[in-house]
Amino acid sequence: MLIGILALQGAFLEHESMLDRLGTPYFEIRNLKDLRPMDGLILPGGESTTMGKLLRDEGLFEPLRELIVNGLPVFGTCAGLILLAKKIDNDSRTHFATMDVDVVRNAYGRQLGSFRIEAPMDGVGTIPMVFIRAPYVAKTNGSSRILATVDGHIVAVRQGNQLGTAFHPELAPDLSVHRLFIDIINEHQG
Amino acid sequence: MQNERYELNKQLAQMLKGGVIMDVTTAEQAKIAEAAGACAVMALERIPADIRAAGGVSRMSDPKLIKEIQAAVSIPVMAKVRIGHFVEAQILEALEIDYIDESEVLSPADDKFHIDKTKFNVPFVCGCRDLGEALRRIQEGASMLRTKGEPGTGDIIQAVRHMRMIQSEIRRLSSMREDELYQAAKEWMVPYELVKQVHDDGKLPVVNFAAGGVATPADAALMMQLGAEGVFVGSGIFKSGNPAKRAAAIVKAVTNYKDAKILAAISEDLGGAMVGINEGEIDLLMAERGK
Repeated sequence: MLIGILALQGAFLEHESMLDRLGTPYFEIRNLKDLRPMDGLILPGGESTTMGKLLRDEGLFEPLRELIVNGLPVFGTCAGLILLAKKIDNDSRTHFATMDVDVVRNAYGRQLGSFRIEAPMDGVGTIPMVFIRAPYVAKTNGSSRILATVDGHIVAVRQGNQLGTAFHPELAPDLSVHRLFIDIINEHQG
Repeated sequence: MQNERYELNKQLAQMLKGGVIMDVTTAEQAKIAEAAGACAVMALERIPADIRAAGGVSRMSDPKLIKEIQAAVSIPVMAKVRIGHFVEAQILEALEIDYIDESEVLSPADDKFHIDKTKFNVPFVCGCRDLGEALRRIQEGASMLRTKGEPGTGDIIQAVRHMRMIQSEIRRLSSMREDELYQAAKEWMVPYELVKQVHDDGKLPVVNFAAGGVATPADAALMMQLGAEGVFVGSGIFKSGNPAKRAAAIVKAVTNYKDAKILAAISEDLGGAMVGINEGEIDLLMAERGK
């Protein structure tokens, strides 16, 4: 198994250390030359505007989108979830737009609104969730499924091979959301 | 400040890594910076090169300007306060700024004491020239660091000197025997616990960016190769011939800092860089403020 990690900007090293702990090999994707066959893709936290721009400038946007549309398992955290969403309530610009969810950017306000909480997530159990200037999902559409809610807001979703969290599992010691993603990859490969 | 809030503040800095934070003086410039791929903007009335040129006392920006910039962009907005001026910091906290830079670029308000940053819920970034300064700022509650460099000069030499100093001191500390750490704590005038943490981890406990003098994509990539986790660009962008193009090129340089072919391509035809001043030609060394 080999996982590609989008490494344009943001907290990609934190995902790498989670995969190190799980013994799962990975590589960084910074530009088109880095693309090679992969079994799963991680879209990290960071700034979605920065990543969205670099994805397009580096020619990564179309090839990665095609892989996701064709079923490549993908896991987006925070900004990564925004990259996947089909609709962004407070931003006219979308990115991969492969997941049937409406998200709200900076939904909890500025940095003073950032928080940490323990809450249950379907198929994972109760886990620590770190929200940093986080989005939430306002609405799920189509076949997208809610995996976790916090204070009435949807914070984890799955649609087929796409997994998205508004929080940062890579900032907490708990490995279970990354394990779930690896299960999705294994399921996909049958 | 609760421990959990400090962790969240350090974690926001983690989200900024691999990014470029740009100085902007108007909402219009903030939009240009965001469109160019900045991961955050620093809202201020005058960029460091103009502060240097104007002389006089420079202070926290007008809250009206900060609010306009907050309204203009969706990325985090930072702003500067004078070293030791905790009331300016209280005002920025009331504006719900995302990060406060307690900055040597402004005129210091206190020649002895930095702000007790543990009293605040909003995060602080501070400048440093060596490991002692870095760890003293962390002890005071900074959740992110940057090299001081020499702001407003377009001369990278000081940022390089500060980054090399910090990295070499971390290497030296990592190789010490445990019984030597007590003396190291004395030398650096910092608590033993922080010295021990850096010794054990081999790295700073918070994110460390480069700042002060970055004017070209090559400067940004140089700082990344020397160990910076991201870059602040002040005067280098809006004092150049083509700010939007140069800003976008510096963003790409930070992502692809090890790829010389990409660096060559993005360095092409950027228009004039800021003129710059050599460090030997200036009277005021801002990096000497706040130790």
